Amino acid sequence: MRYALRRVLGVIPILFVTWTIVFGVMQLIPGDPVNLMLAGVPASQEVRENERRRLGLDRPFLERYVTFLGRAVRGDLGESYRSRQPVTRMISEQAGSTLELAAGGLVVGLGAGLLLGMVAGLKPNTWIDTLCMLVALAGVSLPSFWIGMMLIYVFGMTLAWVPIVGSGLAALVLPSITVGLFIAGGFARLVRSSIIDAMGQDYIRTARAKGLGWAKIAFKHALRNAMIPPVTLLGIQIAVLVGGAVVTENVFARPGLGTMLVEAVLNKDLPLVQALVVYTTAAYVLVNLLVDLLYGLIDPRVQVGRA
Amino acid sequence: MTLPFPVAAPLVTSDLTRSQRALRFIRRFARHTGASAGVAILLVLVVCTILAPFIAPFDPTETDVGARLSAPDSIHWLGVDLHGRDIFSRIVWGGRYSLAVGMATVLLALVVGSTIGIFLGYRGGRVDAIGSRAIDVLLGFPSVVMAILVVAVLGVGLVNVVIAVAIAQIPRFARVVRGAVLVVKEQLYIDAARAIGANGRHIMVRHLVPNVMPTLIVLGTLNLGDAILSTATLSFLGLGAQPPAPEWGAMLNDGRDYMRYAPWMMFFPGLALFLTVMSVNLIGDRLSHLLDPRARNK
Repeated sequence: MRYALRRVLGVIPILFVTWTIVFGVMQLIPGDPVNLMLAGVPASQEVRENERRRLGLDRPFLERYVTFLGRAVRGDLGESYRSRQPVTRMISEQAGSTLELAAGGLVVGLGAGLLLGMVAGLKPNTWIDTLCMLVALAGVSLPSFWIGMMLIYVFGMTLAWVPIVGSGLAALVLPSITVGLFIAGGFARLVRSSIIDAMGQDYIRTARAKGLGWAKIAFKHALRNAMIPPVTLLGIQIAVLVGGAVVTENVFARPGLGTMLVEAVLNKDLPLVQALVVYTTAAYVLVNLLVDLLYGLIDPRVQVGRA
Repeated sequence: MTLPFPVAAPLVTSDLTRSQRALRFIRRFARHTGASAGVAILLVLVVCTILAPFIAPFDPTETDVGARLSAPDSIHWLGVDLHGRDIFSRIVWGGRYSLAVGMATVLLALVVGSTIGIFLGYRGGRVDAIGSRAIDVLLGFPSVVMAILVVAVLGVGLVNVVIAVAIAQIPRFARVVRGAVLVVKEQLYIDAARAIGANGRHIMVRHLVPNVMPTLIVLGTLNLGDAILSTATLSFLGLGAQPPAPEWGAMLNDGRDYMRYAPWMMFFPGLALFLTVMSVNLIGDRLSHLLDPRARNK
């Protein structure tokens, strides 16, 4: 319990550093925000000054920084230069679509990765292993925007098996595969080496010696013990998922946070970019925290070792 | 400073000469079919890009309005794009972008990242503690998002994309090199070098750098595939190479709207990109297998 508390508190400095970096980077972006906000509409000096004051841009750097941190903690990250809506609301409206995609991508990625990795790991150095690892390597080598377009062309247009636009589960299939393939590649390789490690351990020999069946050894003993490194990777994959969402949403013309980010960057909608990065990093840190706490459930030894 | 006598860092203790060792390494590398295939594909690609002016039948930016969107045939082997440009010629020329941009990215990330890593690992103490923490935080940034953010600061363009992707990769190099340095600096020959009066910079440059070199080569190759993919991704999103540059990612972006009528516009540039990244990854995989003892039995 104390460990969990320490880990939860450890999140604070990480978020602090990240948000500081985000704020600093945002200050480096060239261009006057008021100009960006007016988007070419002519305005008098007075209007400009008022706008600057309203946005708090006339305040000194440090004061703006402290205000930013305070607002970030409360979840209020200002309003978009473009739509003039609170960015938090804009993000929460689009988050669902991206979460669906991330969940779909994870299901595909973990399913395929686990399968490839297990098969390869249980038959190391055979042609099955080679084949599985070649597929896994292809998974991380495929440009996701290309495979997304190929899927659209083959399964959406030519065969017309699944819809390529719209909402619902059927429209989620191709985008999920697009995001999932990359995850599957990395995951399969790690599961494989983890399984090979686990299969060489004494407890597997013991299980064999007492006459346990192959399936029981593989699933109950080897897989469970081999899951720690892959679960760690799972936390890191959140970053990949976000990156994958940016590209996949773009290819499939899906609404979502990735599309929003690219548009915000191209439009120089700084509060929106800032908020998206703040929330992404917060999500990343929180998921990794969860993963850390999950270790104990998968492997009781971890908890004993840390208590 | 110069030492009174040469101190060579003992890389490998073996009776074989350097060329014999190299030969043995190449033989072991080539034993793997996939890795050999990777080298073969990459060689073809490099030769094609170098000889692009002689291989490409057309100018990559020359437009022939009459041939717009025509399918692959004996004149235009891989078809023609929206503006009437020969796709085969554009792919051959585009290899220059992908390879040069990928290598520049990795080189930049490698030099900056390993300098940081060597410094942190060798210094240790509080500097290292703070630096490592910062690296961990930066590793948490999705690299595409980080690169997009950097492009937002620097502006759209291929050079800025190189810098952006390199910045996203720097923490990876820094972390791995720091780890390698922590191991190397405990070795006896480092103590010996210090005992005969070598200063910190001498030890870092002459002893630490050569000893983390294998790690750097592996990491560089493994990241090259990622760099080529990431830069192409940014060009695909419209943040990198600008038209009419025959960059593969940008070509795919052109092809997406004409998928139904001219699928060759997106099929071939993507295939070229995939084969390039796959070949680099095959080579990187084999190198890490041979140079990283921990990976050898896996």
